[in-house]
Amino acid sequence: MWAFIHKLGSPKWFYGISAKLQPWFWVAAVLLIVSGSLWGLAFAPADYQQGNSFRIIYVHVPAAFLAQSIFISMAVSGLVFMVWKIKVADMAAAMMAPLGAAMTFVALFSGAVWGVPTWGTWWMWDARLTSMLILLFLYLGVIALRGAFTSRDSASRAASVLAMVGVINIPIIKYSVDWWYTLHQPASFTLTSRPTMPTEMWLPLVIMVLGFYSFFIALTLMRTRSEILRREASKRWVHDLIKAQVEEAR
Amino acid sequence: MHSSLQGSSHSSSDSPSGYRQATRMPAPSVTLRVHKGGLMVAVKATLMRDVTLLIRRRGEVLNPLVFFALVITLFPIAISPDPELLAVIAPGLLWVAALLAALLSLDSLFRSDYDDGSLEQLLLAPQPLAALSLAKVAVHWLLTGLPLALMAPLLGIMLALPAGSYAVLALSLALGTASLSLIGAIGAALTVGLARGGVLLSLLVLPLYIPVLIFGAGAVQAAIVGDGVSAHLAILGALLAAALMLAPWAIAASLRISING
Repeated sequence: MWAFIHKLGSPKWFYGISAKLQPWFWVAAVLLIVSGSLWGLAFAPADYQQGNSFRIIYVHVPAAFLAQSIFISMAVSGLVFMVWKIKVADMAAAMMAPLGAAMTFVALFSGAVWGVPTWGTWWMWDARLTSMLILLFLYLGVIALRGAFTSRDSASRAASVLAMVGVINIPIIKYSVDWWYTLHQPASFTLTSRPTMPTEMWLPLVIMVLGFYSFFIALTLMRTRSEILRREASKRWVHDLIKAQVEEAR
Repeated sequence: MHSSLQGSSHSSSDSPSGYRQATRMPAPSVTLRVHKGGLMVAVKATLMRDVTLLIRRRGEVLNPLVFFALVITLFPIAISPDPELLAVIAPGLLWVAALLAALLSLDSLFRSDYDDGSLEQLLLAPQPLAALSLAKVAVHWLLTGLPLALMAPLLGIMLALPAGSYAVLALSLALGTASLSLIGAIGAALTVGLARGGVLLSLLVLPLYIPVLIFGAGAVQAAIVGDGVSAHLAILGALLAAALMLAPWAIAASLRISING
C-alpha cells in the first residue's frame, strides 16, 4: 500500500501509468458525452411544463456536479501534497483549478440561460445560484493566489492551504446561503422536480454526469503530464525520454 | 524578549547539541528565562507588545473607524436621504461597511512585523506559532473589531435604524468581527510575503466572510422585525467557536509558507 503510494508520488512513474490510463478515459468521455447528449437532446421526451428548455439540464447539472467535486479533489490533493510532500498531487491540483472555475462558470451561465424561459429573468438571487457564484470566487482566489507567488514551492503550499480552508467553508457557506434565502424569499421558484422525472429523462443525465467525470479525469491526466514535463524539464529521465522520442521520429 | 527568543530557539530547533553548548557557556541569563516561562508568558508578551505598538500607531486604529463613517456617509448621498428608505437598508449597510473596514485593516496585521523581521522571531520561538498568532489576532479584534462594533450604533442613528436593534447591532458586530479577524488573518498571513497583496487579500477573504455577514445582518433584521435574535447570535457564536478552533492552525501554516518563500 505505502510502496504503491510512494511510487505514485514519483513523477516519472505517474507519467508512465497515466500514459496507459489516459486513452481509456478519453474514449469513455467521448462515448458517454456523445451518446448522452444525443439521447438527452434528441430522444428524451420534452418536459410537460418547461418544454424543450429543460434540456439545458444535461449540461447544467453535470457541470454543477463537477464544479463542486473538483474543488473537493483540489483540496484533497492539497492535503496530500502538504502531508506527504507528493509533488504530483500539487501539479494535479494546479491543473484542476482552471477546469473547476470553468465548470462553475458553465453551470452559472447555463443556469442563467435556463432562467430566461423558466423564471423570465437571467439572474435570480436564488440560494443555489448564489452559492455557485461564491464557489466561482473561491476558485478565482485559489488561482490568483497561486499566480501571485514568484517561488513555485510557496505558491503550491499557499494554494493548498487556501483550498483546504475553502473546502471547510463550502458547507458553511452553502447552509448559510440556504438559510438566508429561506428568510428573505419564500420559495417562489424551485427546481426540485427531480424525483418525479421519468427514467428516459434522468438516464441520459446520469450518462452525461459520468461522461463529464471521465472528461475531467482524462483532461487532468493530460494536463498533469505536460506539467510534469515542464517542472521536471531538467531531470535526467525527461532528457532520456525526449531523446528516445527524437530517435524514434528519425 | 526578542533577542532571547532568537538565542534559545535557534539552538533548540536547529541542533540539540548547540543548545547544550549555549547553556554551558556563560550566556546572558535571559536565554534560560524563556524556557522557564511557558506558553502563557509568550502569549502575554505578544499581547502586550501588539497593544503597545497599535497604541503608538494610532492611525492604524483610527483609520478603519473613519473609513467606516465615510462609507456610511456615501450611501445616503448616493441612494436617498429619505429616512424610511434608509431604515430598511441600514442593517445591511452597517454590516457591509463594518466588514469592509475590518478587511481594510487586515493588511497591516502582519505587514510591519514581516518588514522589520519580528515575524521571523515569532516563528522561531519555542512556543507554538498558532497560539502566538491567536494572540496577535485577539489584539487586532480588540483594537479594530470592537471599536467598530461600539461605533456602529452611532452611525445607526444617522441611518434612522429603528429603535430596539442597537444593542443587537453592537453585539452581532462584536461577535462577528472576531470571526472576521480570525478568517481574515489566514488571508493576511498568506499574502504578507507578496509585495502587492492588498487586492488579492480581499479576493481571498471576502467569499469566506459571507456566512458571518448573513447571520450578522440577519440578527439586526430580526431585531427590527421583532423576531428572536438568539438563533442568529448563537450561530454567530458557533462560527466564532469554529474559527477559534481551526483558524490559528491555518494562520500558523500560512505564516510559515510566507516566511520561507
